[in-house]
Amino acid sequence: MNIELILFIVLALVASVSSLMMITRRGAVISAVFLVLNFFALAGLYLLLNAQFIAVVQVIVYAGAIMVLFLFVLMLLRTDNEPKILMDRRPIKLFALLITVFVFIQIAYLIFVGTPSENLSPDQLKSINSGTIQTIGQELYTNYIIPFEVAGFLLLAATIGAMVLAKKKFE
Amino acid sequence: MSSIPIEYFLILSAFMFVVGVAGVLIRRNAIVVFMCIELMLNSANLSLVAFSSYLGNPIGQIFVFFVMTVAAAEAAVGLAIIIAVFRNKLTVNIDEINIFKW
Repeated sequence: MNIELILFIVLALVASVSSLMMITRRGAVISAVFLVLNFFALAGLYLLLNAQFIAVVQVIVYAGAIMVLFLFVLMLLRTDNEPKILMDRRPIKLFALLITVFVFIQIAYLIFVGTPSENLSPDQLKSINSGTIQTIGQELYTNYIIPFEVAGFLLLAATIGAMVLAKKKFE
Repeated sequence: MSSIPIEYFLILSAFMFVVGVAGVLIRRNAIVVFMCIELMLNSANLSLVAFSSYLGNPIGQIFVFFVMTVAAAEAAVGLAIIIAVFRNKLTVNIDEINIFKW
């Protein structure tokens, strides 16, 4: 039982419990706060995987920017709490459970049975180097420069689109 | 890191993904449905980072970077659409936004 495994178990527990709490709490703001907690646990897991850059971006972009946007919209619209989530007995609840279990079994099958488990010994140093800003920046600005530019254009389009959509009164 | 089997990360990712799927199906608030979609994107990111780290290849993390970009754009446009719908229907309950229902 080394420290990495303990850290993984703690972070994985936080991530899964907070995701479950997020879909079962009635208040939308409570759900959003649990999602932020989930994002922080994910950032910890990224650090455990030697992905420093992604961990920092996860906290800044997801937990910072995106969730603040969500919370702003929640407070602007001030929607009512959903009266009941798990208590009412509509068939969609059963359907949701079925689909969820089915998809999970599919993925678990792919992970454990579908792939041949050759024991590839992971190169620790290589893994650590692959997560540094230097490596990622080098790839991003050489081999992936066109996708990078396209991503910038996409963000510009999204900004303009969001302003137009939110401003205009449809009549 | 090498002490943790990659299956643990993948199972956690799968679990978070199905929780997101369940959330999309059972929640009625459109904003919460959006947050569940973000949860699913994040679970996919987790498995991408896990593979990238175990293979020692940075390309998976670059892919995660692009997923985050698209998620930010999607959140901005999606929330703007929700605001526009709320202006018209005064609700974000997806059971009441059913004008396309056949």
